[in-house]
Amino acid sequence: MATAGANKRIAKELNEITREPPSGMKVRLVDESNVHKWEIIMDGPASSPYEGGHFKLLLTLPIEYPFKPPILSFQTKIYHPNVSNDDKGSMCLGMLRSDEWKPPNKILAVLNMARNLLVEPNAEDAIETSIAEQYRGDRKAFEKTAKEWTKKYANAK
Amino acid sequence: MFSGYTQLSIRILTSLPLPCSPSVPLVATVNLPTPPPYTRQPTETGLTPCLYCQPSRQNRCLAHPATTTCNQQRERLPVLVILRRDLGLPPVSTTLPRRSSRKRKPSSDHSASTGVNPPPRKKVDVSGAQRLKKAALPATPTTLGSTAMDSDDEFSGHSSMEGFEEDAFDSDMSDELVSDMEVDADAGFDSQDKIIKPGRKAYEVDYRVYSPAEIRAYQNDQINDVSRILEQPPEATAILLRHARWSKERLIESYMDNQEQVLEESGLGEDSAGPPRFQQIKGFVCEICCEDEEGMDTFAMKCGHRFCANCYKQYLAQKVKDEGEAAHIKCPGDGCNRIVDSKSVDLLVSTDLKDRYQTLLIRTYVDDKENLKWCPAPNCEYAIDCGVKPRELATVVPTVRCKCSHDWCFGCTLNDHQPAPCRLVRKWLKKCEDDSETANWISAHTKECPKCQSTIEKNGGCNHMTCRKCRHEFCWMCMGHWQEHGNSWYNCNRYEEKSGSEARDAQAKSRQSLERYLHYYNRYANHEQSARLDKDIYLKTEKKMTQLQSSSGMSWIEVQFLEGASQALQQCRQTLKWTYAFAYYLARNNQTEIFEDNQKDLEMAVENLSEMFEKPADQLKDLKGDMMDKTSYCNKRRIILLEVTAERLKQGESHRSDFGTSEANSRAGAWEFNTDLSA
Repeated sequence: MATAGANKRIAKELNEITREPPSGMKVRLVDESNVHKWEIIMDGPASSPYEGGHFKLLLTLPIEYPFKPPILSFQTKIYHPNVSNDDKGSMCLGMLRSDEWKPPNKILAVLNMARNLLVEPNAEDAIETSIAEQYRGDRKAFEKTAKEWTKKYANAK
Repeated sequence: MFSGYTQLSIRILTSLPLPCSPSVPLVATVNLPTPPPYTRQPTETGLTPCLYCQPSRQNRCLAHPATTTCNQQRERLPVLVILRRDLGLPPVSTTLPRRSSRKRKPSSDHSASTGVNPPPRKKVDVSGAQRLKKAALPATPTTLGSTAMDSDDEFSGHSSMEGFEEDAFDSDMSDELVSDMEVDADAGFDSQDKIIKPGRKAYEVDYRVYSPAEIRAYQNDQINDVSRILEQPPEATAILLRHARWSKERLIESYMDNQEQVLEESGLGEDSAGPPRFQQIKGFVCEICCEDEEGMDTFAMKCGHRFCANCYKQYLAQKVKDEGEAAHIKCPGDGCNRIVDSKSVDLLVSTDLKDRYQTLLIRTYVDDKENLKWCPAPNCEYAIDCGVKPRELATVVPTVRCKCSHDWCFGCTLNDHQPAPCRLVRKWLKKCEDDSETANWISAHTKECPKCQSTIEKNGGCNHMTCRKCRHEFCWMCMGHWQEHGNSWYNCNRYEEKSGSEARDAQAKSRQSLERYLHYYNRYANHEQSARLDKDIYLKTEKKMTQLQSSSGMSWIEVQFLEGASQALQQCRQTLKWTYAFAYYLARNNQTEIFEDNQKDLEMAVENLSEMFEKPADQLKDLKGDMMDKTSYCNKRRIILLEVTAERLKQGESHRSDFGTSEANSRAGAWEFNTDLSA
C-alpha cells in the first residue's frame, strides 16, 4: 500500500508542478526513472540580495515520503543564515523538520517556503549563526556579501 | 534482649492531630482476638510527653512555649499497639514515637489545628507517592506485603511502606502521626537501640520498587479517577493529565477555570460526538496518498482531518516504531495540534506496536513524574518511587536498592555514594576528571609562577624563568625575582632573600593543597580498585567454595558466609570510597575528628576482613567463625558511620539557604564544608 500510494502521490505532485510551475522556478527530475530526486532551478527573488542569481536545488524524497519530510539542499553556494555553508548546503527548518512535517504537506509548499526564506531569512532559527548575527546587526554588510556570493557562484550578470 | 525478633508495631490513629486538647477523640478500631493493650510510656524525665507537640528536652512545648495548656495535658494519648504476641508471635516491648530531629517552627497552625477539622493542607499535599501507594495496593497486594516484610530489605534497612506519608505531609506533626504505621525489621544487632528508637535509620529513605505492570496499573487508576471528575473519556483524560505533567490538582483547577483553553492547549480541541471508528465516504480522496478508490476505509479524529485508514496506520506506525513517539503524536492534518488518543491508536495499529506504544507511554509517565525514576542498571525494568525532592538533596542522600539488587542514588541516579551528598559527589567527580592523574604529574614536574600562579614546567637547563603568561622573571631554584640575582646569574645561592622565601611559602601552600587533594584521591581510588580486586578474589573463592564443600563435608549453606563477607566488603568499600571525597570537602573542626575516627574504624575492619579473604581455601573452613564476626563488625561500623554522618547532614536543613559554610551550621551540629556546595 505504502509505496504504491506514495508513487501515485509523487506522480500527482510532479504533474501539478511541471504543468504549472511556481513563479521563478524550473522543476525537473534529475533522472527520468527516479521520481525521488528532483532538480529545481530557483531564480533569486527580485529586490533581494540574491536577485539575478540562479540557484540549483536538489530535493530528495525519502522512501517513507510523504510520512517523512523531503530533504532540500542548495547545490549552488549561497550566503544565507538558513543554509549551511558547506558542500551539503542543507536547509532544515520549519516543515522540513521531521517533527513538524505532516504527511499532507506538499512539495509545492516546501519550495514556496524556500523562496520566501530567500526574501526574508529567518535569523531566529539559523543554521549559520554568524551569518544570522550579521543579518540582525549589520544588514548592509550582510547584503553586500550575499550579493557578492550571488555574483560569484550563481551566475548573476 | 529481644535480639533477633522482628518487632512489629502498628499504631492506628484514625483522627487527625488535635494537639494538646484534653478531649481528643481517638478512635482505634481493630478486630483482634484479645483486647489491645494500651500503653503509657514515661520519658527519661518521668513525664509523659505530648504525642503531638513533641516537647523539647526541657519538657516545653515548642509550639506554645508560653502557654501551659500543653504541659497540663501532657499525657500521651493512648496508642494501639499490636504486638507480635497478638499475632501469635513472641512478645517484644512497645515503642515510643520517634522524635523528629528536625527543628520545629513555632507555627500558628499547631494551635489552629485544635479544631475538629484537619488542616486543609493535608488534602492538597497528598503527593503522587502516597496516591501511588494507595492505588497500587489493591492491584498488587502480594508484592506490597512481601516488600514491606521482606527481610532482604533489612540490609539496606528500608521498611518500604513507611514514610511515603511523611514526605506527603512534609512538615510539622503530621509526619509523626502518619508514620505511626510502621513495620520495623530488626537487623539482628543494635537491638537495644532499636527498641528505643524504632523506624528507619537516619541515612535511609523510604521508597518503593515498581514493576512496569504496577506502574501501568497505577497510571490507569489515576486516569480513571480524574476521568470521573472531569467527565471526559479516559483516553482524553490521559492526554490532559500528560499535558499537566500528572499534576491532578493543577489540571482539575485549570480545567474548572477554563475548560476550552485547557482542552485546546493539551491538543484535544472542541468536542463532537462518537467514539473513533472507520468510515467509508463517497468521493473521498486521501490527501496523503491521493487514493480515491470506492469503499475505502477512512479515519478521522474529532478534529475532522480525514485520511484513508492505510495512511493513518502507516503514519502512526512510523511515529511509534521509528520515532519512539507515544504521548505527543499529533493528528496528521496540516497544522493540527490535536493529540492522537490511545483509543484511536488501538484501533489503528498492530498488536506488537500497541505493546510498544504502551511501553512508551509508561516511559513518558515515569519521566514526567518527579517521584519516579527508572533503575539505571542495564536491562533492569523496574522503576523506583521515592519522595525525596531535589531541594532536599543537600541534606539527604537517598540511596535506594532496586529489586535487581542495584544500589543507586535516587537524587542523581549514580551508584550508591553514601555518605556524600549529590552536590559534593558531582563536584568531586568533576574535580577528579580534570585532576587526578594530571595532578600527580604536575606535583612531580612543575612549579607555579610566583606572580600569576600559572603552572610552569621547566624545559631547559637555565634557571632564569620568564612566565609566558605574565612575563614575570624569576629564578627556578629560589623562586625569587630574577633582578635580585645581580651578577650571579645562572647560579642561585641566595636562599635568604625575602622575595624568594615569600614565593616559596606561596609555592608550598599551593603544593600543600595539591598534596591534600592527592591524599584523599589516592584513598578514594584505592578503595575503588580494592573493591574490584575483592570481587575478583571472591569469584575465585566461589570456585573454592565448591571444593570446600566436597573436601570438608560442609553443606552449601555452611559456606555461604563467604558470600556475606564479600557483599559486606563491596558495600563497605563503596562507602569508604565516598568518605574520602566527603572528607576532602569537610572543614576542619572537632566534628571532623569524629568523622575520621569512624572512617578509621571502618577502614580497619574492612582491611582485616579483606586480608582474611586472601587466605587459601583450605584454611577458610577454620576461619569461618572469625570471618563471620568480622563481617558483622564491618557492617556495624558502616551503619554507625552512615548514621552519624546522615544525622549531621540533616541538621543543615534549617540553614538551607546558606548551606555548607555558615557558622550557623556548625552551631546546629551540622557539617561544615570548606567549599560552597550549593554552587
